[in-house]
Amino acid sequence: MSFLVNLALGLLFGAGLAISGMADPAKVLNFLDLFGTWDPSLAFVMGGAVIVTFVGYRLVLRRDRPIVGSNFHLPARNDIDTRVIAGPAIFGIGWGLGGFCPGPALAALGLGATGTLAFVPAMMLGMWAARLLAEDRMQTKAV
Amino acid sequence: MTEFTPYASLFGGAMIGLSAVLLMLWEGRIAGISGIAGRLMPPYRDGALLSRIGFVIGIVAAPLLIGWYSGNAIAQTVSSNVPLMILAGLLVGFGSVWGNGCTSGHGVCGLARLSTRSLVATGVFMTAAFATVFLVRHMIGA
Repeated sequence: MSFLVNLALGLLFGAGLAISGMADPAKVLNFLDLFGTWDPSLAFVMGGAVIVTFVGYRLVLRRDRPIVGSNFHLPARNDIDTRVIAGPAIFGIGWGLGGFCPGPALAALGLGATGTLAFVPAMMLGMWAARLLAEDRMQTKAV
Repeated sequence: MTEFTPYASLFGGAMIGLSAVLLMLWEGRIAGISGIAGRLMPPYRDGALLSRIGFVIGIVAAPLLIGWYSGNAIAQTVSSNVPLMILAGLLVGFGSVWGNGCTSGHGVCGLARLSTRSLVATGVFMTAAFATVFLVRHMIGA
């Protein structure tokens, strides 16, 4: 059941990415090109998504718990450590080079462009490396 | 040049937001794609792997279904510079997981929660991306 609900929500998310134009890295790169062929569309995607989520979360989080599971998994941290600076800095450079962040890269996967087929496996490898390195650090700290 | 699409982009963005809200309602999780995709690989810490596989299949399938239904493939222009795209993919994958979130987890869900960490993260990745495109397009001239 959770698989099917997640499949439906993934379809909604992916359709949102496709309709908003974000599956096209050229649109993203043009948003990031303030001094060239600027296309403000991405700001409207972010704006629409943040407004709906802001209102929706406030309604949903009035509940004691989600429909499935005993509690909401909300990030509790609010400190600024080196990881929350270094990670986004590395991510932003890659985003500026390729025009893909993780969601749109997955949405573009099935469209089969050569650049996407190179990008997505590398992205998955990078994600895995970061997870393993983070785990390794946590274990070192615990010892 | 790409065409400025305020209405389609606002509407598509609202769909992304709705998906994030419903995921929170259903199983109490943040719709962060780097978190979801990054946990497709081991180690597996919770029982949510099947859910994550479902969500990712949905994202991959949606543009194909739209293309099939409308009869027009989704238009896109992707760099065919393979070494560049591999480098970009490694940086995006590593950086987004190292920083605990990407455009969706920090940029959408985090900002909607008014999280300071997400505001900082979003400011940093936006600045880095603007600077990178400026360097590539206007300094190097690629």
